[in-house]
Amino acid sequence: MSPGSALPAAAAIARAPAFRLHNRVVPVLFAAGAAALLCGGFVALAPNRLVSGRPIGLFAAADWRISGAIAVLGLAVLATAFAPPGRTLHRAAAFLSSLLVLLTLEAAGQAASSLGAGAPALARISLGAGFWVLLGAAALAIIDALQRAGAGPGERLAVAAALAAAILAIAQAGLLDALSLAREFHTRQHLFAAALVRHIVLVAAAVGPAVLIGLPLALAAVRRPGWQGPLFAVLNLLQTIPSIALFGLLIVPLSALAAAFPGLAALGIGGIGPAPAIIALVLYALLPVVRNSVAGIAGVDPAVVDAARGMGMTRRELLWRVELPLALPLLLAGLRIVMVQAIGLAVVAALIGAGGLGIFVFEGLGQYAADLVLLGALPAILLALAADFLLQSLAALAARR
Amino acid sequence: MRVRDALASPVLWVGVLFVALLVGMPELRPVFHWAFPAVKEPVFERTSFVALWLSHAGMVAAASLAASIIGVGLAVFATRPAGRDFRPIVNVLATIGQTFPPAAVLALAVPAIGFGPEPTIVALFLYGLLPVIENALAGLDGVPPAVRDAAEGMGLSPWQMLRDVELPLAMPAILAGVRVSVTIAIGTATIGSTVGALTLGTPIFDGLAGNKLPFVIQGAVLVALFAILTDMLFARLDRRLRALPETPFGR
Repeated sequence: MSPGSALPAAAAIARAPAFRLHNRVVPVLFAAGAAALLCGGFVALAPNRLVSGRPIGLFAAADWRISGAIAVLGLAVLATAFAPPGRTLHRAAAFLSSLLVLLTLEAAGQAASSLGAGAPALARISLGAGFWVLLGAAALAIIDALQRAGAGPGERLAVAAALAAAILAIAQAGLLDALSLAREFHTRQHLFAAALVRHIVLVAAAVGPAVLIGLPLALAAVRRPGWQGPLFAVLNLLQTIPSIALFGLLIVPLSALAAAFPGLAALGIGGIGPAPAIIALVLYALLPVVRNSVAGIAGVDPAVVDAARGMGMTRRELLWRVELPLALPLLLAGLRIVMVQAIGLAVVAALIGAGGLGIFVFEGLGQYAADLVLLGALPAILLALAADFLLQSLAALAARR
Repeated sequence: MRVRDALASPVLWVGVLFVALLVGMPELRPVFHWAFPAVKEPVFERTSFVALWLSHAGMVAAASLAASIIGVGLAVFATRPAGRDFRPIVNVLATIGQTFPPAAVLALAVPAIGFGPEPTIVALFLYGLLPVIENALAGLDGVPPAVRDAAEGMGLSPWQMLRDVELPLAMPAILAGVRVSVTIAIGTATIGSTVGALTLGTPIFDGLAGNKLPFVIQGAVLVALFAILTDMLFARLDRRLRALPETPFGR
């Protein structure tokens, strides 16, 4: 803007109403949250864990101080959409939305404990549609505000860590204990810990070998481009096969192996169990690892490679000190895809006796117990989100260097 | 020459193998008897494989068709002037949503909807939306500004611009999204058997529950062939689409 145009521009700003709609996302999110609270149940009260409950709205279920605070906070977030945009405003919106997430959780816990106090011991108070929509809308409002503030990976990580710590503190303080999800958790605490560990072990046991096999394959494919066609055809084919089918197809040779060599069975390798699950997860992980590694290494600027050669680097030095570091952002992006995919596929692995969080999902489906399904599905979703978020941040930081 | 090309195509052979196994699995009874002497009735017969496949493919087709239409619609909305404000959040929703395990989405649809094919179709639809949105956004973004300017200079209305320029140019990307969406839908529908949908996964789960390995093999082979065949057909469609002369204003 030229200095001469500053005056008319200032006049235009003065004439424009200070409060007009600057952000159309927040009002939509507000409308979704408000509609869910007014129409749907915030929590559901059921006489026992196997029947679905009667929905109860937020204002009927929770203490008026908490529900009132939620309404005020919601309106405050809405108001930020009408204020002139700026970094401070967006950070304030992110903070208010984070508070809204925490208050929503606390309201659910408080509603459950006050409803539970007057109900028989078998009664269950589960989370209703209104709760999930409000939580989702508040979470999206945080993301929207951080995007508008132009927050970098570091700031996003800090917000996520602070929010996670606050939620953990709320749960640790026992504020959520009356919810049926927490009660399912408390009756299965040891099983849950074992399943969570098993889930992580399955993922690690698959991703580790996939990287160890995939990187050399990718290097070979970069040096001999003729190999890429057939290699990717095979890997793509594997990736296409649905997980449960691949698990099923691996059961046959593995059970035959275990029958032929009893020593293998003693090691825990057999037709069902973790062995076919891990092999299948490795096979699925190969395509993203190889594809991203090839793209990363092939994408290194040839001038840089020439310069490094000119400096007298050997092939090995070139790989470790030039090519791999420069390909790191894409390698991390591949790792992210693989981790998220493996965490999701490991849920299905419970069906062939591999354990993991899927056991709660499928046991819950079998018993028609929604909270048990949630006890397996929710941590799996959170694990996937955490892996996605962490590796994405790492890749962004690596790309910056 | 054309006949020879067709005969050399792997699509044809995978297709023939798939249909032959779908129809003729009961004829393989002696083979399964020989391989698994301990299993009394070694071929899954509760429902015919053709009926299982029709139900499976029908669910995938219905959910993927709806997801493709609505997903492209959302991507178009988010790239118009009126919807541009929603562009980043739609993108985030599509990427975050895809980190949710498909099996978890399916399982969570059951308490909300009940057992049967419905939760499977809803989960397939919701999950299928995400890759379509993501790829359609990328495709619409990839339209070169110069092409847009030229079209505008020719006096195309916004609607003509969308129909004749943007969507045709974005079509390969949209098709890639639909392909991912259908591949995931075929796999997720297989797990739908655990929540009461009739699919080619049904023999797999019956076999796992009843310790009948032949059932597992029959279901798994057919599901795998179905998925591979579908992917091959998409690859063929993609090649055909890209082979079109690249004119900025469609065909």
